[in-house]
Amino acid sequence: MEKLKYERPVINKINAGTPDKFGMNTRVKVIDEIDGVKVSELLKKYGSPLYVISEKTVRDNYKDAYRAFSNRYPKVQFAWSYKTNYLDAVCRIFHDEGSWAEVVSGFEYDKALSNGIPGGQIIFNGPDKSDEDLLKAIDNSSFIHIDHFDELYSIIRLTKNTNKKAKVAIRVNMDTGIYPQWDRFGFNYENGEAWNAINRIMLADNIDLVGLHTHIGTYIMTPQPYYVAASKLSELAVRTHKKYDHAIKYIDMGGGFASKNTLKGAYLPGKDTCPSFDDYADAITNAILNSEIKPDNLPVLFLETGRALIDDAGYLLGTVLANKRLANARRATIIDIGVNLLFTSFWYQHEIYPAKECSNVTEDTTIYGPLCMNIDIIRDAVQFPVLQKGDHVVIPRIGAYNMTQWLQFITLRPNVVLIDNDKNVNIIREKETLEAFKNLEKIPGHLNGK
Amino acid sequence: MKLKSNIAVSDSGFLFDPTTGDSYTLNETGKVILEMLKEGKSEKEIISEFTEKYDVDEGTFEQNLYDFLRMLSHYNLTEI
Ligand SMILES: Cc1ncc(COP(=O)(O)O)c(C=O)c1O
Repeated sequence: MEKLKYERPVINKINAGTPDKFGMNTRVKVIDEIDGVKVSELLKKYGSPLYVISEKTVRDNYKDAYRAFSNRYPKVQFAWSYKTNYLDAVCRIFHDEGSWAEVVSGFEYDKALSNGIPGGQIIFNGPDKSDEDLLKAIDNSSFIHIDHFDELYSIIRLTKNTNKKAKVAIRVNMDTGIYPQWDRFGFNYENGEAWNAINRIMLADNIDLVGLHTHIGTYIMTPQPYYVAASKLSELAVRTHKKYDHAIKYIDMGGGFASKNTLKGAYLPGKDTCPSFDDYADAITNAILNSEIKPDNLPVLFLETGRALIDDAGYLLGTVLANKRLANARRATIIDIGVNLLFTSFWYQHEIYPAKECSNVTEDTTIYGPLCMNIDIIRDAVQFPVLQKGDHVVIPRIGAYNMTQWLQFITLRPNVVLIDNDKNVNIIREKETLEAFKNLEKIPGHLNGK
Repeated sequence: MKLKSNIAVSDSGFLFDPTTGDSYTLNETGKVILEMLKEGKSEKEIISEFTEKYDVDEGTFEQNLYDFLRMLSHYNLTEI
């Protein structure tokens, strides 16, 4: 006789008066494959946990963003924000689609060069550029985005004895109506610092002011601040042109577009509230086109979009390690994905789904990672289906910042695979080994006795 | 473990506790276990019946059963 399908027994109390928006009968969503490749097979072959990136999604997202801007504005150039995800394979997909590179350190700069990006297509941002970095960037004709006066004076000093001009932009911070206002990077617009910096640069011999840059923040949930920011940069461009008869060649609006993840504490899911690329593009291009900038001098529009291009191309697959009850009888599920691998769980209420069909019964559950630390919580409270030890889970939309801010803590980092457009699975970063890790360590002689 | 005698379970898996006025929902396996408890079956009997009928090994089911019984007592649905 064939046995009946088994599911862990569950009893849930019905709380009258507090309508449960999840209810008992909402269908439990399942992610059992990614781009046609079975999750169970991925985990079997490459181990658990596992990062998976969909090349198709990366390319689709890029094309969607490029379409939104290039349909509205004649000159658009994206530069891939390396810090968002600098796995070489990922960067190369963006470069293949036409993206330049946006970097914020010497390490990222060299990585971009090693990915075949010419220096003249690298935007160098950030407050941390050594003299060596600056000289290299000047030599390679990269675009140096100046963050502070100390950096400006370093460039003035370094270009004194060269015959090469530094190509620079200034980063501008400003009030765009959002909170918090990011005023720690670049020169402030409202108090006149940005205008001061422009005047100082225009007086320097070997520095060419080619652009104006801003990055107003990250996960900006409405397009309006971008309209304000682009208007203010356009105004600076017009003023510079008026005073010096010098046309600004590009306006760089930075990154910051929201991805479809839900922020902690948000009432509505990010999927429903996140503006589209068209919404952001409308705001930015309208501001520039409606400004006083003369049509002949229309600057190239640079964009350094990070998370909105890559977040939903990344998945983290894992396995249930244990189910237990907390002191108050609450369900707790421990999975093999901790905050060391999912840094963004500090900001996002990540969705988490079973990897195989299960009933629609759920329990109010806290999902913990495997680390021996109290902060290792993936979800505080989620209506979660009744999984057993060994069952697989999928966390979607993790492509941004996790593969750069991950921590080597307690466990080694697992494999990262890329599913290409032909559904081939390629390892793009091998799981770390104890040997590779120990190779960097040195034991002093007196401890190396036996 | 003995269920409180006045507890009512519907076919669709709703459980009502007349003492407190609280209601609960059960999934299919939860409902079957509750019926067995109402019939006065012992935990041992439940385990052997279940593993015979359902596609589950004894270790897994035993763990799941004790977790479930703990929730019944947590909700005060059992006799002390
Ligand atoms: C200068 C700069 N550009 C671009 C980005 C990418 O931002 P996002 O991922 O929000 O699009 C960042 C992120 O912090 C940044 O600092």
